[in-house]
Amino acid sequence: MSKKPLHIKTPVRYLINALLFAALLFGGRVLIAGGGVSPFYVGIVTLAGINIILAVSLNMATGYLGQLPLGHAGFMAVGAYASAIFMTRSGLDPAVAMPFGLLIGGLVAAIFGVLIGIPALRLKGDYIAIITLGFGEIIRIVLLNIDEVLGFPFTYGAASLKGIPETSTFFNTFLLVGVTCFAIHTLMKSRHGRAILSIRENEIAADSCGVNLTYYKVMGFTVSAFFAGIAGSLYAGYLGILNPSNFSFMKSIEILVFVVLGGMGSMIGSVLSATVLTILPELLRQFAEWRMIVYALLLILVMVFKPSGLMGRFDFSMGRMLENIINVLTGRKTLKGKGGKTNG
Amino acid sequence: MLEVNNINVYYGPIHAIKGVSFTVNEGEIVSLIGANGAGKSTILKTVSGLLRTKTGGITFMGEDISSAKAHKLVHKGLAQVPEGRRIFLRMSVRENLEMGAYTQHEVTHANLDDVYARFPILKERSRQVAGTLSGGEQQMLAMGRAMMSHPKLLMLDEPSMGLAPILVEQVFDIIRVFHDMGTTILLVEQNASMALAHADRAYVLETGRVTLSGTGAELASSEEIKKAYLGG
Repeated sequence: MSKKPLHIKTPVRYLINALLFAALLFGGRVLIAGGGVSPFYVGIVTLAGINIILAVSLNMATGYLGQLPLGHAGFMAVGAYASAIFMTRSGLDPAVAMPFGLLIGGLVAAIFGVLIGIPALRLKGDYIAIITLGFGEIIRIVLLNIDEVLGFPFTYGAASLKGIPETSTFFNTFLLVGVTCFAIHTLMKSRHGRAILSIRENEIAADSCGVNLTYYKVMGFTVSAFFAGIAGSLYAGYLGILNPSNFSFMKSIEILVFVVLGGMGSMIGSVLSATVLTILPELLRQFAEWRMIVYALLLILVMVFKPSGLMGRFDFSMGRMLENIINVLTGRKTLKGKGGKTNG
Repeated sequence: MLEVNNINVYYGPIHAIKGVSFTVNEGEIVSLIGANGAGKSTILKTVSGLLRTKTGGITFMGEDISSAKAHKLVHKGLAQVPEGRRIFLRMSVRENLEMGAYTQHEVTHANLDDVYARFPILKERSRQVAGTLSGGEQQMLAMGRAMMSHPKLLMLDEPSMGLAPILVEQVFDIIRVFHDMGTTILLVEQNASMALAHADRAYVLETGRVTLSGTGAELASSEEIKKAYLGG
């Protein structure tokens, strides 16, 4: 046992991840362009991508920051409408307007995140849940009622905002899935991320270490809202039509279910459960009325047998897995020592 | 170094601290002792910015800190070990210590090695999750974490709480070590005999007022204290 276990350096890890991700992205694109996958499945997979962004962004506030906001659909709605109104009014070519639309969706949602975050995060636990729940509903009702502003059509309310360019292709959506995961991952690995985790662990201790509680809570909440806004923008470009009823309280709960089922504080958990829970109801369509029962049973079973969620707080690392495989294959390490350190 | 001047603190309508004044000079170990409900922890919370005074002032190194926020004080060199071993239970020992150096922007390894040298057990367990440490080890971790920020003044809130007598001895030995390293110490304790034995000066609190003060040795030999706190 003179050989030291192999350790892959961080830039190399990032490079491996980036290459794999690019392969997946372009592979998927080629496959779809070749007509190998029916548009129905492409649609479901794209929706799964949007749900992944929603779950990963809510996981930021719930899993890492340790708060329980119930108004995630509200931020999503703000982002969706902001971007949709821009896309339908800008007069730009959709392909050109799309990045701006996404950015506008994210930024407007982030502004709402700050506005709601400052009063809401002064409260604790259950109270945050209630105040954000109220906020989500207010957003929905307001969107429903500002169908016209000074005689100019605005959100069209219950009549639905139609004709949004359908720019959320598989490629665009999953590119943003990658951007979201990478941004939140690197944030959480930084000094700021450590400060956010310390708040979840113990507010008083974090305070006595010199962590500015309000600042980091609002920051975590705003980042979460920003990516919810991005997901909302993608959702608008996916459906091509927006109605305030898309963003009801049940939507917030659905996103929360993704996070809780996957394991609060685990990014890979959020990704997997958002994927499974989006695809599963579609696959179960043939069972018609039984499908929601299966869905509900799955949730109950996971919560009974694995209350911390499927992944607990485990975070997957491609680099670490490769290290383990190589170390085992080259005999530098036995299988016993496998399994990684959990990240928050 | 720290001057508390005639402060009054209220919990809603309850007048908890009634005109308390005391000073901590550089290089001293000062102890606040008193029974439950005397206001010891309230005073510490007020100094560390978690509670606000209604009247009266607090100055630290000549600067008024009576309205400073808790997290700002750490940057000024005033660290606190909160009551009840508030460590980050699900982080590793090392991560806990690194959080202590949060205000330093980057963890200096010398800093970490320093703490490990004082607490060999923490080095042994550096990768272990803090929640799995024993009570005594958690207290060591909380103290080690506070030292990571290289404070000028370290405030300890009942560090002996819930510890076996032998561990209490250890905790006080560590306080001595910190003191010898040049850290000024403000100690709040219920364990009056231990606190008086180690303190340069001490203040006795009763229902929100300072009733006695003097050097540790003076108070330890005072009849009144013996009767009330030392069981003799």
